[in-house]
Amino acid sequence: MRCRKCGREAVINMRQHKLALCETCFPLWVQEQVAEAIRRHRMFGPQDRILVAVSGGKDSLSLWDVLLALGYRADGLYIDLGIAEGGYSRLSREKAEAFAQAHGAALRVESVPEQYGESVPQVAARRHRQHKVCSVCGLVKRHIMNRVARDGGYDVIATGHNLDDEAAVLLGNVLQWSVGYLQRQAPVLPADQPGLARKVKPLCTLYEREMAAYALVRGIDYIYDECPYAVGAKSLFYKEILNQLEERSPGVKRNFYMSFLRARERGEIAFRDEARAALQPCRQCGQPTSAEGLCAFCRLWVGAEERA
Amino acid sequence: MVKIIYRDKEWEVKAGMTVRDAILKVGLNPLAVLAMREGKLIHENTILREGDVITLVSVVSGG
Repeated sequence: MRCRKCGREAVINMRQHKLALCETCFPLWVQEQVAEAIRRHRMFGPQDRILVAVSGGKDSLSLWDVLLALGYRADGLYIDLGIAEGGYSRLSREKAEAFAQAHGAALRVESVPEQYGESVPQVAARRHRQHKVCSVCGLVKRHIMNRVARDGGYDVIATGHNLDDEAAVLLGNVLQWSVGYLQRQAPVLPADQPGLARKVKPLCTLYEREMAAYALVRGIDYIYDECPYAVGAKSLFYKEILNQLEERSPGVKRNFYMSFLRARERGEIAFRDEARAALQPCRQCGQPTSAEGLCAFCRLWVGAEERA
Repeated sequence: MVKIIYRDKEWEVKAGMTVRDAILKVGLNPLAVLAMREGKLIHENTILREGDVITLVSVVSGG
């Protein structure tokens, strides 16, 4: 099988695009796809300062690689969640640091255990009645990303969500008809409240398989293992189901997600314009919250001091 | 024979089949893994040669 662009031996065949590409043309194609998504969704411009949330996995490190290759001003942010199982946090941090060093790029590291005295699994265990590990993790990451972006003067936070991630979330939201989540699922989350950073997903048109192939072809050393707490997650099951559909019907996954975005853009799916709850600054950290007093993040740590 | 390695599992398949057929034969979805031979990514229609050692990499990973 030959590369459609140059005729050399292909390394990947993307059935949904009817496109086979070689190890030289494929990374350039991925970079073009990302550039097109950035342009189409007006994610950011060449002068903007971008904070890339990196986990040490293939998607976020590849996103950082693509943004640097496209000439953007992109720094990394690694959040050490203190996940000890399988050395997950230690290994993923090493991958993020090695990438930054090899590319001469700036990496900010925020350690949850060092700054707050407990790892994410420890907080989740202490507050198990209110939160599971994955919900604490999401809350902690959102808070820290927002704080670092705000304090560091970044214009936008870029995350490595790929099309499979977005399609799995969409499937989950449709199965539950979670209208509120459907309304907010988008490649760009605007900074529509004071103190909230703009968030974008430049990989939203690329399959997870393409991002894994990009990392392998570019020689990006990433953590292969899934987070130990993600085992059995519903999102992984939805990805599996979508890949079974895709295997029978190439392009169905892409069509499912892209048609949703297009339909909303054209106004074919209308959401009631509900007034958002009024937000006020958290009494402790200053980030916007709908709660009186402390935000959900700061409430996590109430009681931690007594146990420390 | 061709050796197929995926995480802590190993299988043997016959030379002459495609990567895609080998992945299906060991019970995986060809969209869920990528195949590497001698450290290089190979496409799904590559014909496996006698003595090949193919490492499959899971497409799903990361936090």
